Amino acid sequence: MSKRILIVDDEPNIVISLEFLMMREGHEVRVARDGEAGLAAVRTHRPDLVVLDVMMPKLDGFAVLEAVRADPGLAGTRILMLTAKGREAEQNKGLALGADAYMSKPFSTRDLVDKVKELLDRT
Amino acid sequence: MINGPLIIGISFAYLGLLFAVAYWADRRAEQGRSVIARPTVYALSLAVYCTAWTFYGSVGRATQNGLGFLPIYLGPTLMTFLWGALLLKMVRVSKAERITSIADFIASRYGKSQLLGGLVTIIAVIGVIPYIALQLKAIAWSFTILSHYPEVRMPVHGDRPFWGDTAFVVALLLAAFTILFGTRHLDASERHEGLVAAIAFESIVKLVAFLAMGLFITFGLLGLGGPALPPIEGSAQLKPLLEPSIAPFADWFAISLLAGLAVMLLPRQFQVAVVENSDERHLRRAIWLFPLYLLLINLFVVPIAIAGLLTFPDGTVNADTFMLTLPIIFEQPWLALLVYIGGLSAATGMVIVETIALSTMVSNDLVLPVLLRRWRRRPPAADLGRMLLTIRRGAIVVILLLGYLYYWLAGEAYALVGIGLISFVAVAQFAPAVIGGLYWRGGTREGALAGLSAGFLVWIYTLLLPSFAKSGWLPRAFMETGLGGLDILAPMALFGLSGWNEITHGLFWSLTANIGAFLFVSSLRAPNAAEASQAGIFVDASRRTALASAPLWRGSAEIAELITLAERFLGSVRTRAAFMQYARSRGLDSPDALPADAETVYFAETLLSGAIGGASARVMVASVTDEEPLGLDEVLNILDEASQIRAYSRQLEQKSQALEAATAELRAANVRLQELDRMKDDFISSVTHELRTPLASIRAFSEILFDDPEIDIEQRRRFLGILVSETERLSRLVNQVLDLAKIESGHADWRTEVVELQTVIHQAVSATEQYVEERGCRVHLDLPDESAMVWGDRDRIVQVLVNLLSNAAKFAPTGSGEVWIRLAPADAAWRVCVEDNGYGIPESDLELVFEKFHQTARGGAKPGGTGLGLPISRRIIDNLGGRIWAESPPEKGATLCFELPAHPGNPTDRRPDHE
Repeated sequence: MSKRILIVDDEPNIVISLEFLMMREGHEVRVARDGEAGLAAVRTHRPDLVVLDVMMPKLDGFAVLEAVRADPGLAGTRILMLTAKGREAEQNKGLALGADAYMSKPFSTRDLVDKVKELLDRT
Repeated sequence: MINGPLIIGISFAYLGLLFAVAYWADRRAEQGRSVIARPTVYALSLAVYCTAWTFYGSVGRATQNGLGFLPIYLGPTLMTFLWGALLLKMVRVSKAERITSIADFIASRYGKSQLLGGLVTIIAVIGVIPYIALQLKAIAWSFTILSHYPEVRMPVHGDRPFWGDTAFVVALLLAAFTILFGTRHLDASERHEGLVAAIAFESIVKLVAFLAMGLFITFGLLGLGGPALPPIEGSAQLKPLLEPSIAPFADWFAISLLAGLAVMLLPRQFQVAVVENSDERHLRRAIWLFPLYLLLINLFVVPIAIAGLLTFPDGTVNADTFMLTLPIIFEQPWLALLVYIGGLSAATGMVIVETIALSTMVSNDLVLPVLLRRWRRRPPAADLGRMLLTIRRGAIVVILLLGYLYYWLAGEAYALVGIGLISFVAVAQFAPAVIGGLYWRGGTREGALAGLSAGFLVWIYTLLLPSFAKSGWLPRAFMETGLGGLDILAPMALFGLSGWNEITHGLFWSLTANIGAFLFVSSLRAPNAAEASQAGIFVDASRRTALASAPLWRGSAEIAELITLAERFLGSVRTRAAFMQYARSRGLDSPDALPADAETVYFAETLLSGAIGGASARVMVASVTDEEPLGLDEVLNILDEASQIRAYSRQLEQKSQALEAATAELRAANVRLQELDRMKDDFISSVTHELRTPLASIRAFSEILFDDPEIDIEQRRRFLGILVSETERLSRLVNQVLDLAKIESGHADWRTEVVELQTVIHQAVSATEQYVEERGCRVHLDLPDESAMVWGDRDRIVQVLVNLLSNAAKFAPTGSGEVWIRLAPADAAWRVCVEDNGYGIPESDLELVFEKFHQTARGGAKPGGTGLGLPISRRIIDNLGGRIWAESPPEKGATLCFELPAHPGNPTDRRPDHE
């Protein structure tokens, strides 16, 4: 069952790998290169799941997360935070702000795929 | 209108007022609301210095030698500058040791010697009784002159029987006053509240009277009303007043010194300044208020003297009486009365305080030691306290009667009228023993005895006997030729010293003999145990607190005997109370529980000192205790220990200060370290973040390639390419982190060589050629012909240039990028600028780009760098003594520039560093 997935990250190579992995799972993938574009894409394309980086130009991942969670119309959007910031404090912050899952870079592709599947199955 | 009965009535009324003031102050003190515990009252009581001799005599002195009256007040004024140290020390010692008089002070200092106390008392009595007589004479004279109002007539001495003589009546009244308010307690170290209050009151009265008279006369002189005085003409008499001079200087100096010493050492001055002092902080006000008082009371001396000489030009009126005769001749009865009361104040104040001081000395230092000797054979009566008071009261009466007797006998003799300064010289003999004792540990009892005796004998020879000769009591020839007709021994030109006035001459020789004998005899032996321990207390008075009067006493004593002894003098109520208080201060609830140790014995001795003086107290205490004499070595050891303890505590203080400073430094260092730690954490966090990003790509693609063998070859190659480039990025990052760490830690090796910038620019261009071409970028060079030489490390400069070039190429638009490299001189430096045609840098980021891991996404794209290139470049350029910065003109790309100081040398000098 094909789902819409939005990848928001400013690292081109990571985007390429994520895009490849999600497409291989048969999902419809969109990409945004920074926070602002990511938030706009969430609003226009209503993805089922967002893979969201934290350190990004213009608007950081936490801000995007907050904005999405503040919008009741976007309530069903699953958000997976994926970041190179591995500290526990940041992980807790992400979860507290309403992220559905938090993975740190470098990530295991298998875990990521499983986690995405799990989140999408919840819908 | 002024007649005898009126004057007598007013005199009695005034003395009655004094009694009332004293009575009131004593009552207040009993209620615990002391009037004298005020600094102003203290300062005013010091003005007992200004006697009738000042009040009437200053004018007389001024008529004779102009400003010659001034040193008597200038000396004390100058001396107050030293009070903060000298008098303060005297007050502290006296409080701690319960000193009762100047004799007690000197005796205590030199091992509590009864002999010394006795000698000081004798000198004081002989030196001062004529001075008391002078006051009585002033009272009698002023009474007689005033009673002739409105006629001006000089009194004739001895025209009345002594029982009808004012001076005699006044002497008896003063004796009554002094007994009443001066011997209320046995403890002479206690303050006499009523007496001091009365003295302060008298100081105000005499000042007011003098100022009133001065203003009246001065207004007259200036033609502003007041008396009509003859015009001032250049009469010979007025010369010293109208053309004041301070010549001869030696006399000015000597009399200033003399008065400066007298103001502390006269028995009455010691009494008010030291014994009656209730709080050493009062000194602070006295230090300016007392000189101010002296200034005010001298303000009108010269005008009054001039007016007197103008009014009585024929010399029939004694200049010492101008204060009184001027208001009489100008028919100012009330002013004359006021002046009379002022003079009475000055005289009675002096007599009262001097008598109380002398009587304490006579009873404690002359009579008591004799009695003590007698008591060894025959036990005394039980209530010694009452007996002592009786002795002291007797002494008061005797001293006043002696004063009166001297006045009666001397009459108009020079030995009376000239006694003021002569008396000062006698008490100045105490100076070496007192001042030397406060600052020098080496003085001994014999030294002090020798000094005092020598000075006193010279005083008798050079000042007292000549004054007798001038009075006709000794053959006048004595003055000229001296003892045995030897000219060299002429009392007024000793050893041929002439040209000074007699006071200067006498002071010089007596003090010379005194100091010489004091130093010489003291040097004959080292201070013994008692002297050394007292020296410690006196010399260290400013530093020492209660702790240190560490009693130097060893032996056995019975507490009951000590208490019994004290009771015999002080009465049982006072003794029990004092011992009770002392026991409580040692944490015991009953005096009987007190250990009979050195401290208790010391306490008992000090308690007794207040009543009978230090020397007698020591003898009395020794009579009931069994003292084992301490050897000098032991005393010195104990004193040494005390001074070592002081030294230790000083060291400790210094060390604790150093410790505090060190703590503060450590705290600051800690703050710095924490800051550095935080920066390091931030750095590590940034580095890990930067490491995780390429690692994430590498891991993801490796896993993808590993898991999925089905991926087509094109995709596979692309992924492998990413792997390679991310690996390169990773190793570049690691290298740069290490490089930065090396530069920052200062461990980088810097070569210094002459570098030609054109060469390194070419080098950097060729190093980045491939990357630049890949980006489709064109590089333009704008270099001068002249060799641009700088000092520096060639490889590092290339590194910076490569950084700037690849940055520029990176941010220039792909395919149409243009990069300019410009080299130009700038003052004493060479400037290199690298410019691109990209999006530029926002104004706010111009400095931020040099911070670690700050990566600006210019034009929205994430740059592929490590975020360390520019920070490293900045550190390199800083290290080479240059500067690097970013510019970004609007609508243009970014420009990064650096400057390096130009190498001054000739380009041809440089080493061949071309490759």
